[in-house]
Amino acid sequence: MTAARAIDEEFTGLQPIRGGTVAVEAVVKRYGDFVAVDDVSLDIGQGEFVALLGPSGSGKTTLLMMIAGFDQPSSGAVRIDGVDVSHMPPHRRDIGMVFQKYALFPHMSILDNVAFPLRMRGIATRERRRQAADALAMVSLQGLETRLPTQLSGGQQQRVALARAIVYRPPVLLMDEPLGALDKKLRERMQLEIKRLQESLGATVIYVTHDQEEALTMADRIAVMNHGKLEQVGSPAELYERPANPFVANFIGETNLMDGALLGIAGEEWALRLDDGSIVHGTPSVAARRSAQLGARVRLAVRPERIGLAAASEGGMIGTVTDVIYAGPTLIYLVRTRSLPEVIVRIPVQSDALKPSRGATVALAWAAANALVY
Amino acid sequence: MTASLKRVVAAFAQPGGRGLPMPLALAMLAPLVIGLSAAFILPVGRLLLVSLWNPHFTLAEFIRIGETPLYLRIFGRTFGLAALVTVLTLTLAYPVAYLMARLTGWRLAAAVAAVMVPLWTSVLVRGYAWIIILQRTGLLNSTLQYLGLIDEPLPLLYNQFSVTVAMTHVLLPYMILPIWSALRTIPRDLPLAAQSLGAGPVRVFLLVVLPLSLTGVASGTLMVFILALGFYVVPALVGGPETLMIATLIGQQTTELLNWPFAGALAAVLLAITLLLVAVFNRFLGLDRKAAQ
Repeated sequence: MTAARAIDEEFTGLQPIRGGTVAVEAVVKRYGDFVAVDDVSLDIGQGEFVALLGPSGSGKTTLLMMIAGFDQPSSGAVRIDGVDVSHMPPHRRDIGMVFQKYALFPHMSILDNVAFPLRMRGIATRERRRQAADALAMVSLQGLETRLPTQLSGGQQQRVALARAIVYRPPVLLMDEPLGALDKKLRERMQLEIKRLQESLGATVIYVTHDQEEALTMADRIAVMNHGKLEQVGSPAELYERPANPFVANFIGETNLMDGALLGIAGEEWALRLDDGSIVHGTPSVAARRSAQLGARVRLAVRPERIGLAAASEGGMIGTVTDVIYAGPTLIYLVRTRSLPEVIVRIPVQSDALKPSRGATVALAWAAANALVY
Repeated sequence: MTASLKRVVAAFAQPGGRGLPMPLALAMLAPLVIGLSAAFILPVGRLLLVSLWNPHFTLAEFIRIGETPLYLRIFGRTFGLAALVTVLTLTLAYPVAYLMARLTGWRLAAAVAAVMVPLWTSVLVRGYAWIIILQRTGLLNSTLQYLGLIDEPLPLLYNQFSVTVAMTHVLLPYMILPIWSALRTIPRDLPLAAQSLGAGPVRVFLLVVLPLSLTGVASGTLMVFILALGFYVVPALVGGPETLMIATLIGQQTTELLNWPFAGALAAVLLAITLLLVAVFNRFLGLDRKAAQ
């Protein structure tokens, strides 16, 4: 395992980084009539790992480009360590950046690529060679110093890009889908390596991704964006357990969304009549608690793994199993009810739970605490 | 040269199943090879042969070139002018190509048209256009006189100046297009990465953009230089007696004096020097290698 470990945590050649703070204050970015980033505010603390998560076109990359300085906000401000940098050119912001397609300079050797930011900072040749070699050692690429980028694999190239972005110890490190071009296995390994590296160095990281698993694995906090707006900011657990709205519920993990009307309120347990007539229970979300009235249209979100299957005689929400899919650790049941074409249910393979076969009529059940009302 | 041929063949017959099998690739190249042989290699070879075999083996024509200062001067002038025109086109073309690489949409289309349309216009037309501009009573002289900057018309036409200007104009697209194409293929991320790593605009250009555009500069330079060496029409139109070029001299020998052996010898010397220069150029800039990437 030691040999396979690509990033050496015990390596002490690079001093820890004093992470910077980043404040995004009411930033708006317009391109003509199109609003790419719509009034986003976000505070990022020292040494924090924040993922900007959203579907493509959600404005997450535009926001990152404004933090990097490649783009200027139409209004609002970006502060790094309290200094307004909204109109400072990128080369003076002292930010590290890792691009999706590595962006290594093809005409320079690996060592010269990593030494480039040191050269820009006027560090003498010998010293910058030493520091660059140290950074390469940290990402376990010793011995490749004289190669050209095209002679390296995708994973190795991204390690070089990482070494190049941290060799000058920038307080803030920006990453734009850095693992998007790698295959799944390598991507999962690199996620852990980058996370470990960030923790041992202490740099503040802003990490753009459209992959929710990646965000959940790596980030201290996740900022979910959609249509240029910030939908919710929170820890992975908060986002998964208490999504602020159906979009977040659906985007972070799988969710079954069911429409119905509010029937009764009993403290933290609300009763709903779904469109198929069945009566179910859920917990109100913050937004629902503020506004919902009896009889109002509401939406219920339940995670597939929080739904249990029971014999139809138990009553409640009744449906027919249309398919059973074996997915390794879990069985995926697709259940059709009177009003919903497909409710997804995940049952662990290793459990004593009821495991009906295709065509069976079952009752769907969940604890009220595991279903959120919007 | 063999390296280029190998590359062409390799492009057709890639190992590992992709592309075409080798015999088929060769068969597809055959029409081109036969056509080139019949229309180009055979006549040129024959011309070169005549210079050595008249009717027995002799080096007399080559000795005549070497012993006549006039001919040596014409060679020197031709190469000197080709070099000057190459430097001028490079200086003028790079900023244009750089600008074009940053344009998109209709602006790019307009810029491409501005570069390409002259290329589709006859060299004769462009030559006469320069005569209209540069002659004694031409556009330039009359404007300068009208503005009171000069009293007498300047001698702008039928000299080295007019030949240089016209050749630079005609050859400009051959420099702009390869540089533009090289600049265009530089990933947008690279200048951004350089900026994020602390490079200001000047260093981004000098350390990243310029080195990565050198392949385009190399092919443009080579193309313009070789084309300039063989220029015939433009010097004949806007040049004077003191701008006699090697191509014009060869033309005189074949069509007016019917001295084929001497024309063959001149062509052989021009070809030899050109090939030598290409080889040297290739060695230093590694054109073959870079183009293969």
